[in-house]
Amino acid sequence: MTAQPTPPVPGAKPGAPSPLSVRDLTVVYREKPVLWDVDLEVPAGQLCAVVGPNGAGKSTLIKAVLGLVPRASGQVWFFGQTLTEARTRIGYVPQRGAVDWDFPTSVLDVVIMGLYGKLGWFKRPGKHEREAALRCLEQVSMREFAHRQISQLSGGQQQRVFLARALAQDADLYFMDEPFAGVDTVTEDAILKVLHELKGHGKTVVVVHHDLETVRAYFDHLTLLNVQVIASGPMDEVFTAENLRQTYGERMMTASLPITHRG
Amino acid sequence: MLELILQIFTDYTLRNVALGSALLGVIGGVLGAFTMLRRQSLLGDVLAHAALPGICLAFILTGSKVPLILLLGGGLAGWLASLGVLAVLRHSRLPEDSALGVMLSSFFGFGIALLTFIQHGNNANQAGLDQFIFGQAATIVASDVLNFMVLGGLALFTVGLFYKEFKLLSFDPDYAHSLGLPVRGLGTLLTSLTVLAVMVGLQTVGVVLMAAMLIAPAAAARQWTDRLSSMIGLSALFGALAGVSGALVSASRENLPTGPLVILSISAILLVSLFLAPLRGLVWDWVRTGQNRRRIFLERLLLDAHVLHNHDVLTAQTLAHRRRESPAAAQRHLEMLQARGWVQPGHAGYALTPAGHQKAHELEQAMRVLPKTLEGT
Repeated sequence: MTAQPTPPVPGAKPGAPSPLSVRDLTVVYREKPVLWDVDLEVPAGQLCAVVGPNGAGKSTLIKAVLGLVPRASGQVWFFGQTLTEARTRIGYVPQRGAVDWDFPTSVLDVVIMGLYGKLGWFKRPGKHEREAALRCLEQVSMREFAHRQISQLSGGQQQRVFLARALAQDADLYFMDEPFAGVDTVTEDAILKVLHELKGHGKTVVVVHHDLETVRAYFDHLTLLNVQVIASGPMDEVFTAENLRQTYGERMMTASLPITHRG
Repeated sequence: MLELILQIFTDYTLRNVALGSALLGVIGGVLGAFTMLRRQSLLGDVLAHAALPGICLAFILTGSKVPLILLLGGGLAGWLASLGVLAVLRHSRLPEDSALGVMLSSFFGFGIALLTFIQHGNNANQAGLDQFIFGQAATIVASDVLNFMVLGGLALFTVGLFYKEFKLLSFDPDYAHSLGLPVRGLGTLLTSLTVLAVMVGLQTVGVVLMAAMLIAPAAAARQWTDRLSSMIGLSALFGALAGVSGALVSASRENLPTGPLVILSISAILLVSLFLAPLRGLVWDWVRTGQNRRRIFLERLLLDAHVLHNHDVLTAQTLAHRRRESPAAAQRHLEMLQARGWVQPGHAGYALTPAGHQKAHELEQAMRVLPKTLEGT
């Protein structure tokens, strides 16, 4: 299974398997396919966007890859390894709407959750974990919020807390589900800063994104998705009117940009 | 009252009842905190009701009325039911509350049918099985208390062991899954522990009232704290408090059932918490809202007065005209401003005081930056 082809990607070590390699991935909810025969090769050390209309299966792609929703078929490799083998090298930023922000816990506690995987069973987080978590909060400019109850946060601040939690995982490959959806400019800048820091450290980031206006400026690599992969590759090659038309249909081309709905 | 409390130490029956109820409160409180945070309170109710057919089947199969055997029967049935319920919820298209409601009634109906069947049989030994519907704490003896301690100790020990995993599971199961935690197994474990809590409650409050012992302590505790560990501790404390006070009140007079009184006690604690807890209490909410409303009203009033002061004259007449209110109301409002020290009677009507000017100036500044601060959140 490590014999799968590795395309020459700038920044990747020669011969190193791609951070994410998806083959024939199909996901079905009830009778309707949400993802159909998805093949995907993500280049190492790049910021990769997954873009498509509502219901295109963008979030499902991340969830299926991470094993959070059952796959009808398909294989996924991370750095040439299985999910279980590569687990500690993978970080995840879910959509912030997925949890109850009235949960009785503090910002610092949520970030420390990112360290649970490394901590292992039965061990309680201690001073070391708190300090690591504080450093991650610093990275997203949220350190002074460490002891806030999470229900007191704005949407953008919630997003940054989730980002800090993923940073605490210290992964090599990150999945982020709509981190830019409905956030303020301060948060948008903070996320961008983190994305570039991650890239600077040779990490790979896969981001579900909804805004066609900014996708070109923010990312290096683009995957256009509408149940199937329409196109995937370097931004300049993939971000073409023809590809976008195929992804969104004719309607979108006449409708006004940007697309701000969540998928 | 004091006498009654002292009786806990001297009176054998009361001591066992109070201890049993307190243990139920602690265990129900701790497990209930997770049940509530995972939004599975109704599931707790279903598995409590499912214990009834289990108890009846245990009796039919063994012919024994040894409490532990009946509790194990009830617990096993509750456990199987909860697994079945979770499977149905995963695969059915019924809305969750409908599915749970239907299953609760069917389990309970099945239990009642079995109970009636047993009661009309020829088994002379069957009397008292129906106590499990509403509980009958007076039957709790020392060996029962020991059983509760073992069951509860097992549950609490496990919660302590998996505390951080249970916390993450309750807050963000998908993320827990992405970290590689076995979320399905952890969820089943937590539900199984809830079954232990239900078993402790069967004799005291019975299958019908058990859900309250899972929901109410946790809901009350949530009002007082924003930390999970404190919430669990408080929840246990409230549960224990309700257990003991229920036992005491029922001992204070003839014919007062313990179980329902325990439930009434915890309901009272919940009610007080909902209204009075700082930060979350409804009363403080109302007070804060009222204060804010009054403050904003006064500030708007001052700004009106400020404009009139600068461009016209400030009298009850001009203020009434500007605010489209009766002169009498305007006069009253001017007096409110005067009471705040913002205006004083001048030679022609009223005049803003230096403090009033200062405040009006601040408000105007604040209004100028208002759109910006809103944007920054």
